[in-house]
Amino acid sequence: MENLHLVFPEIFLSLSIMFLLILGVFKKNSSKLIQNISLIILLITAVITFNETISVSEEKLFNESVIIDYLSSFMKIITLLAAFLVLVISSTYLKTFKIFKIEYPILILSSVLGMMIMISSNDLIVFYMGLELQSLALYVLATFNRDDIKSSEAGLKYFVLSALSSGLLLYGCSLTYGFTGSTNFDVIATQLNSNEYALTFGIVFILVGLAFKISAVPFHMWAPDVYEGSPTSVTLFFTMVPKIAALSVFIRFLYVPFSNLIEQWQMILIFLSIASMLFGAVAAIGQTNLKRLVAYSSIGHVGYALAGLATGTNDGIQSSVIYITIYVLMNLGLFSCLLMMKRNNEYYENIDDLSGLSKNHPMLSLSLLIILFSLAGIPPLAGFFAKFYVFKTVIEQSMYFLAVVGLLSTVIAAFYYLRLIKIMYFDEEKEKYDTNHSIWLKFSLTASTLLILIYFIFPSQLIEVVSKINIIQ
Amino acid sequence: MNFPIISSLILLPTIGAFFLFFTRSSEKNNNTVKYVALFTSFVNFFLSIYLWVLFDQTTSEFQFIEDRVWIENFINYKVGIDGISILFILLTTFITPLCILSINNSIKNRLSEFLIAVLIMESFMIGVFCSLDLVVFYLFFEAGLIPMFLIIGIWGGARRVYSAFKFFLYTLLGSVLMLVAIISIYWITGTTDVVELYKIGIDVKYQNLLWLAFFSSFAVKTPMWPVHTWLPDAHVEAPTAGSVLLAAILLKMAGYGFIRFSLGLFPVASEVFTPLIYALSVIAIIFTSFIALMQEDMKKLIAYSSVAHMGFVTLGIFTLQQQGIEGSIIQMISHGLVAAALFLCVGVVYDRMHSRLINTYGGIVSIIPKYSVLFMLFTLAALGLPGTSGFVGEFLILMAAFKDNFLVAVIASLGVIIGAAYMLWLYKRVVFGKLLNNNLKQMIDLNKSELFILSCLGIPTLFFGFYPDPLINTIEVSISDLIEMYNYKLVSKF
Repeated sequence: MENLHLVFPEIFLSLSIMFLLILGVFKKNSSKLIQNISLIILLITAVITFNETISVSEEKLFNESVIIDYLSSFMKIITLLAAFLVLVISSTYLKTFKIFKIEYPILILSSVLGMMIMISSNDLIVFYMGLELQSLALYVLATFNRDDIKSSEAGLKYFVLSALSSGLLLYGCSLTYGFTGSTNFDVIATQLNSNEYALTFGIVFILVGLAFKISAVPFHMWAPDVYEGSPTSVTLFFTMVPKIAALSVFIRFLYVPFSNLIEQWQMILIFLSIASMLFGAVAAIGQTNLKRLVAYSSIGHVGYALAGLATGTNDGIQSSVIYITIYVLMNLGLFSCLLMMKRNNEYYENIDDLSGLSKNHPMLSLSLLIILFSLAGIPPLAGFFAKFYVFKTVIEQSMYFLAVVGLLSTVIAAFYYLRLIKIMYFDEEKEKYDTNHSIWLKFSLTASTLLILIYFIFPSQLIEVVSKINIIQ
Repeated sequence: MNFPIISSLILLPTIGAFFLFFTRSSEKNNNTVKYVALFTSFVNFFLSIYLWVLFDQTTSEFQFIEDRVWIENFINYKVGIDGISILFILLTTFITPLCILSINNSIKNRLSEFLIAVLIMESFMIGVFCSLDLVVFYLFFEAGLIPMFLIIGIWGGARRVYSAFKFFLYTLLGSVLMLVAIISIYWITGTTDVVELYKIGIDVKYQNLLWLAFFSSFAVKTPMWPVHTWLPDAHVEAPTAGSVLLAAILLKMAGYGFIRFSLGLFPVASEVFTPLIYALSVIAIIFTSFIALMQEDMKKLIAYSSVAHMGFVTLGIFTLQQQGIEGSIIQMISHGLVAAALFLCVGVVYDRMHSRLINTYGGIVSIIPKYSVLFMLFTLAALGLPGTSGFVGEFLILMAAFKDNFLVAVIASLGVIIGAAYMLWLYKRVVFGKLLNNNLKQMIDLNKSELFILSCLGIPTLFFGFYPDPLINTIEVSISDLIEMYNYKLVSKF
């Protein structure tokens, strides 16, 4: 057990969660205290992860059931930082709805713990454990505004559909285990051969389950309802953090246990990717609720990230990781804007509420303008580079169909982003929104907008960081 | 390394825009804001003149090259100019200050935002004309959509939303295929550096598809028939300054792209698709000229005439003869001056009468004589009267076309006649005739700044009409070497 220090982040995080639970029980009115401690814990965990694991090229622990490599370290740090930002900007929102309770940060911490386990898993059972820990926390988070009927509905829907997908996933896992005799990813990789017909079923079931978690078409049905119904701060969490974890699990599954079966899953991935990109673009056009619109747009973005994975190369994986990183950044900015649309203790989330925003709040609307153009993938903003890297690797593999469909769907998607800009800039103004936002909210909006805007000056840095991810040897 | 003059040209307007960003626009400081923008764009103009002076006309090598690593092992930020690009840069830096100057009372609200958009637009347009890397080119080419979308959408006329969307989506749709092509070129050849690509060439078997992908983008931007329909909408709804930018500079990006990329990179494919270009150009010339004849809205008429003029440009480029390409470039420069002036002329009467319909006017020659004279000058330049720059371009293009394909040239020449018809008829209906509308009597003649702007456009129109040598000398060597390279590659099939 000389390698135990590699899982210090997880150990520290789980101990902290237990401590916070006890603290919350014994100390009354401690929600603010617990919120602050959770923030510190997230940061400390990120620092520990960085210190202990970032330089590790590849280590396996606990009978090779846990893997620590550069991919896992990188994704964990992104997860932790994203969770930190979500937590820090959501307090005003929670206070407005009087749901600023001790459970909120604790649930976020436990789901983050689950994700960290997922990201590091090298074994079907460990993976499933992490997944369930994450999902159970997320179900509760979705219903967090329990007096609100939409929130309860969202939680219930999420629970039922997600349980179904977990069932499928488990079924796939057991089929895989049945044919290979092991739950360890490495052993599965050596045992698999594509001639087994029933084994393909196993892979398909697992991929379906994963596609569910990442909300790729055609397993996206839960996303719009859940995103709309959940409290906005939770929606923000949903659109960012679980996607990072799900994407890294996707990478791990495709390129470790199923690496020999690339012909089998490549078609599935291409299909998932094309369907998500097109559907995300087309279905978002008719939406009038901003959160629903973001849900469809996130479906589309997942499609682009999957396009990178479909290539079967290290470059493709790296481009997907870059994509999801930039996507998280853009979403953070987008939701910071949403959380600023507040007037008289009420939040506004219809697209008409953006009307004439540019006259009342020039800086807010300028930031939103930059974020939306970036989401649409217009150069020279960061969103363009994200798509550019993905399509660069896709075209390298001569998958022209995927590239052309993907780029055409960016044109369709541009339409609804433009519509938001049109409402903000071309329409008549309405009442002003409040301007006394918390300093963190302002910070996250400014920082994400500036990063998106000036990304083109130093595009190499992110590539350099990500280029150490080498899953395929 | 010397002073990075080209990067300064690109960056300067953005820096000006950055300063404007921190000035809150209000009725009071509108003048200050305008002076800042004017100052920036004038400095940029003089910088580009200085560049022209330093420019060596005797070589077709790219000059003032700046080459920096931008993304490791992938893209270099590479800019530089040759004889072809410098004229477009000059046109851009010349038109932009006039554009800013022309905003008198037409734009009252959010003036500083408008000027920011115009200046950023200028940066992007200069970037397009001097980038020597395909990805950098694409970046500038696409980025220009953002400010233009806002210019049309925020400050435009009644149907501005529709026009802005149409403009944006049409252009974006055309361009994404070009992005696929650019990435493919990277994987085929291992570089996106244009100078390098000129040397190594691109395998013949890929050229046709790549050419078509580039074509889809340039055809929309030019615009060529049948994807020209965004242009009349965009022109009509855009504010005067926006129309001027659009007509004078934005449309030239595509013509420049055809010369620089379609001819330079895909000679074999260009040869294959020349009949397609001829056909589309001739249709554009004849068809849109007839449409222009029927227009009742002055701006729309000029917009359709732009499509026809750009038809001559594409025709000239693909004759692949010295005169043809020279004619095309001169035609583009001339159209940049003349179309800008015509839109400004429409803007002048629109500011006074708030109508763009031709039948509102008539008989204004006795009320506003100065205006009528200048409007006459630009009308004649637009129809290509000898002695104006419009003539030089059209004449060279038609001469080259006659050498290459008699039939096409004959039909295109008919377009000149129809062009004369709609321009003269427009002038007759607006300026001459009986004064029926009594409101027109209150019209005031050109004020000083309008007179200044229109004279600024009129002088080069006449000057280059009589003496086009400065233009031709600048582009001559670059074009003859381009054609030589083209023919060489055509023979050696790569």
